[in-house]
Amino acid sequence: MTSLALTRESIARVRPGPAVAAVLIALFLLLFLVVPVVQVIFVAFQDKTTGAFTLINFADFFQNDLFMRSFWNSFYVSAMSVVVASALALPLAYLTTRFEFRGAVLIQSLGIIPLIMPPFIGAVAMQLLFGRNGTVNLLLRDHFGISIPFMEGLNGVIFVQSIHYFPFILINLSASLKNIDRAMEESAQNLGCHGFRLFRRIVFPLAMPGYVAGASLVFIKVFDDLGTPLLLNVNDMLAPQAYLRISSIGIADPMGYVISVVLIVCSLLALWVSALAMKGKDYATVQRGGGGLARRRMKPLELVAAYAVVLLILVLVLAPHIGLTLLSFATIWSFSPFPDAFTMKHYGTVFLESGQYITNTLLYASLAALLDVVIGTAIAYLVLRSKLPGRQWLDYIAMAALAVPGVVLGIGYLRSFYDVPMPFTGQPLSGFWLILVFALAIRRLPYALRACTAALQQVSNSLEEAAENLGATKLRTISRVVVPLMSGGILAGFVTSFATAAVELSATIMLVHSQSDAPLAYGLYVYMQSAAGRGPGAALGVFAVVIVGLGTYLSHVIIERGRRERGQDH
Amino acid sequence: MSRTLHGVAAALAVLLASSTAAFAQDPSGKLVVVTSFPKDLTSAFQQAFQKAYPKVTLEVLNRNTNAGVKYLQETASNNGTDLFWASAPDAFEVLKGANLLQAYKPKVEGIPEKVGAYPINDPEGMYAGFAASGYGIMWNSRYMKANELPAPKEWSDLAKPVYYDHVAISAPSRSGTTHLTIETILQGEGWEKGWRTNKEIAGNYRTITERSFGVPDGVNSGSFGIGIVIDFFALSSQASGFPVEFVYPTVTTIVPANIGIVKNAPNKAAAETFVDFILSPQGQEVLLQPAIRRLPVNPATYAKAPADYPNPFKDTSLGSQVNFDVEVSQARYNVVDALFDQLITFQLDGLKAATRAIHQADAALAKKPNDKAKALLAEARDLVAAMPVTAQEAADPQLAGAFTVERKSATDAVPERQAQVEQKWAAFAKDNYAAARKKAEEALALAR
Repeated sequence: MTSLALTRESIARVRPGPAVAAVLIALFLLLFLVVPVVQVIFVAFQDKTTGAFTLINFADFFQNDLFMRSFWNSFYVSAMSVVVASALALPLAYLTTRFEFRGAVLIQSLGIIPLIMPPFIGAVAMQLLFGRNGTVNLLLRDHFGISIPFMEGLNGVIFVQSIHYFPFILINLSASLKNIDRAMEESAQNLGCHGFRLFRRIVFPLAMPGYVAGASLVFIKVFDDLGTPLLLNVNDMLAPQAYLRISSIGIADPMGYVISVVLIVCSLLALWVSALAMKGKDYATVQRGGGGLARRRMKPLELVAAYAVVLLILVLVLAPHIGLTLLSFATIWSFSPFPDAFTMKHYGTVFLESGQYITNTLLYASLAALLDVVIGTAIAYLVLRSKLPGRQWLDYIAMAALAVPGVVLGIGYLRSFYDVPMPFTGQPLSGFWLILVFALAIRRLPYALRACTAALQQVSNSLEEAAENLGATKLRTISRVVVPLMSGGILAGFVTSFATAAVELSATIMLVHSQSDAPLAYGLYVYMQSAAGRGPGAALGVFAVVIVGLGTYLSHVIIERGRRERGQDH
Repeated sequence: MSRTLHGVAAALAVLLASSTAAFAQDPSGKLVVVTSFPKDLTSAFQQAFQKAYPKVTLEVLNRNTNAGVKYLQETASNNGTDLFWASAPDAFEVLKGANLLQAYKPKVEGIPEKVGAYPINDPEGMYAGFAASGYGIMWNSRYMKANELPAPKEWSDLAKPVYYDHVAISAPSRSGTTHLTIETILQGEGWEKGWRTNKEIAGNYRTITERSFGVPDGVNSGSFGIGIVIDFFALSSQASGFPVEFVYPTVTTIVPANIGIVKNAPNKAAAETFVDFILSPQGQEVLLQPAIRRLPVNPATYAKAPADYPNPFKDTSLGSQVNFDVEVSQARYNVVDALFDQLITFQLDGLKAATRAIHQADAALAKKPNDKAKALLAEARDLVAAMPVTAQEAADPQLAGAFTVERKSATDAVPERQAQVEQKWAAFAKDNYAAARKKAEEALALAR
C-alpha cells in the first residue's frame, strides 16, 4: 500500500496534467468569479468618507436589529427547509430505487420539475393555490369555515423553498442509492438485518454522500435565495436585504455588500460543516458489477400504500406547475377557486412572439451545464485524487459562487468586461452572449460540483489503481473507468445545472444587451410586468417547464439505457 | 450608375426634407431604448413607429427603473443606448445629476407647460414628459364583496378600522412612483400630519411589495383587496378583464412619465425622431389603447378618447390640489425613503399590532365612553405618529449626506453612517409601537 501511494505521489509529481488542469480552472474562476465579485464587494471594506480600509461596516451589521433579525430568520428558514425537503425527497428516492416500481424513471423526472420554477410566475401560481385567498383556502372557508396559513410570513418561504429545492436532495440521494453495492445490503440481510433497520444502519449511511451533498445545497441555496422571499414580500431575511440595499437608487451604502460578504462566508461555513461531517469516512465501494440496490418486489398492499405516498408528494410538489398550467389557459382568475373560463389564446401569443427566447435558452443553458460538469468533474478529481497543494480552494471558491447574489455578479461582469472591446466588432465584451453563458455556468457550477464530488466519493481508488497497474494511462483511466462510473452523478449535475440555468434571471437581467440574445427568463420578466401579460407569461413558463422536463426525461432514459448496456442493471 | 442613384436619392432626400420640415432627415439604423415600461406599451409604440419610419430598427431593452439607471451608469464609458424611457421623474433626475443625458427640445407644438401642478418637461430640457399618470386607490370588487368592505374614496378612508389587513402598497424606496404618493401626502398635509396619515394607513397594510407591479398583481388575483397604485396599472387591469375598480383621491399628484436622450447616443438623429414621434398626435393616440391607458400630454388627443377617460387638462380637481414642490422633494428624497423603510416596512408587525389594539380600544370606547381611556388612546395614537426627525432635519444636507456615497469633496464630513442612523430610527419606532400597544390595551381594559 505504501509503495502504491508512493508511485501515485511520484506520478503526480512527474505528470503535469493535474497541475495544468488546476491552473486552467483557477484562471477561469479568477477571471469570471473572483475578479468581478471583488470589483463590487470591496466597498464593504471601505470607509465611506475616506475610502480607507475598515471593518466598521461589519460592526454596524452586528449592531443593527434588522440585520440580526434577518440573519436569524434566514438561518431558521434554511434549516426548516432542509427538514421539509428531506421529508419530501426521502420517500421518493427510496421507493423508486429500492423497489420494483413502475414509472420510476417518470417519477424521478417529475421530481426534478419543481427546480424549474420560472421566476415571478411560480409565486403567483402558489398564491393563487395556497395563498390566503387561494383555491385551497377559499374552498376550505366555503365548506368548513377555516383557512390554513400556508403562505403567511416565514411559513410561506419554507413551504415554497422546500418544494422548490427538494429535488437537490432527491437527485443526489437517488444517484447515491443507485451506486451502493448490492453486496453490502445482501451481507447485512444474511446477517439478519431487515426492514427499517437495514435502511437506517446500512443503506442510508452508505448513501450519505449524496444526502449531505443535496442537503447542503438546499441549505445554502435557501440561505442565499432572494427571489422567493421577495415575491412573497418577506424582506427581513439576509438575501433580500442585500438585494434591496444594492438595487435601490440613492442607497448606495456599503451595507448591501457587507451582507453579501456575510452570505458568502456563511455558505462556505455550511460547506465546511458538511465536509466535516463526511470526514474520516470511506464511502467507496469496490464491487461495481452488481450496481445498485436490489430492487425488491412489494406486496400488493405495500404497493398501494407506496403509490399513495408517491402520488401525494408529487401532487404537492407539482402544485406550482399545476397552478401555472391553469393560469396559462385561464381568461381571468381572480378571487375564485378556479379560473372563470379557459382559452388557448395565450399560447398563440407566445408562439408568435417568443421562439427566439426558447432557442437562446436551450443554447445558453446546455452550454453552461456542459461547462459545469466538465469543470465540476475536474475539480472533484483534483480535490479527491490529486495531492496538489491548495486544491481544496478550487472547491471552496467554486462553491462560493452559490452565495454571490446574481445582481452582484451581473454588476461585476459589467464592471470587468464592459470596457474590453471585442475583437473585430469593437462591441463591449460584456454584450457578447458567451459572457452570459459564463455567468450562468459560474452561477450553477456549485450544483454540478457537489453532484460530481458525491459521485467520485463512491468510486473506490483501487479501481483506478487496478487500471493503472494494467498499464492504462492516467487520462485513459479517467475517461474509461472513472467518468463512466461517475456517470450517474455527472448526469445529476448536468440536469440540475441545465434546469436551473434555463430559468435564471437575476444575473441575466443585467447582462442582456439586445433582445435577440435574450433568454426565456428575460421574456417572462417582460410579460410579467403587465396585467395583460400574465396569461402569455404563464404560457411561456409552461413552455420552459416542458422543454426542460423533456430534456431531463431524455437524459434519464439515455443513462438508464447506458447502464443496461454495460450490464450494470439487471 | 450608382452615382446617378445617389444623386436621385439625394434629391429625394432634399424633397422629403422640405416637404416634412419637422423631420429634417429620414433617420435609419438601430435605435436602442432602455425602458421600464411593460411590453403592452413598448410593442404598441414600436409597431406604430416602425410603420412611420421603416428604416429604423427599434431595439427595446426591458429593465426595471433602478436596474436601468444602474445599467446606464455602468455602461456610460462605452455607451450603446440611445434613449431612456421610464415613469419616475426622479430616475431621470439621478441620470441628469450623473451627467448621463443630453438636452433636446421636442419640435412638437401644443404641449402645455404643466399637467396638474407638475411641470411636464425638465426645465433644462434633459428629458421630456410624454404621458401623465396619477396615483390612486384600486380594489378587487369580488374581494370587497366577499369581505363586505365599502369602496374607499380618499387616502384617509384607508386608515379606517374596517380596512385592517386589506391594503397593500409598494415600498417607496423600491418604486419611484410610490415615493411620489408618499411625498404628495406629506406636502399636501404637512410633515407631521402627513406622516400620521401615512402611518395610520400603514397600520392597515396587508403587505409591502418590492415591485410596483406586485400591488396591482396582488389585487388582480385577490390575494389582497385594496392597493395604492398608479392609474394605468388599474386601468389596464380593468381593460384586461380583471374585476377591479379605481379612484383618484382629491390629494393626488399627476406626474409625467418621461423620455430622455442618453449622452453620446450612437444614433442621435433617430433618437430625436422617436421623441418627436411619441409626442405627435399619432404617437399620443397609442396611449389610449385599452392595454396601456395612460393620460396623453397633448390635450388635443383627448378628443379621440372614450367618454369616461380622465382628462387632467379639463378636470381641474385632478392633481391640482397639491402644489408639488420638486425641490423640497429632492432635498429629502432618500431620507423619506429610509424613514418609511425603518418606521414602516421593517416594523410592520409592531405597527400592525399597535394599530389593532387602537382599533379595538376605539370600538370599545364608542360603546362605553371613558375619559381616562380616551386620553390613553390619544397618547397611543401620538406614539404611533411620532417622528424621529422634523421636517427641517429631514431637509438638512448633513442628514441627507449619510445616504449618499458621492461627496463633493473628500473633506466633506459625514457625521453619521447610514446604518447607525437607521438603527436609531428603527429602535425609536419599535419602542414607540410597543408602548402605544400597551397604552391602547390599558384603554381597552378601562372601557370594558
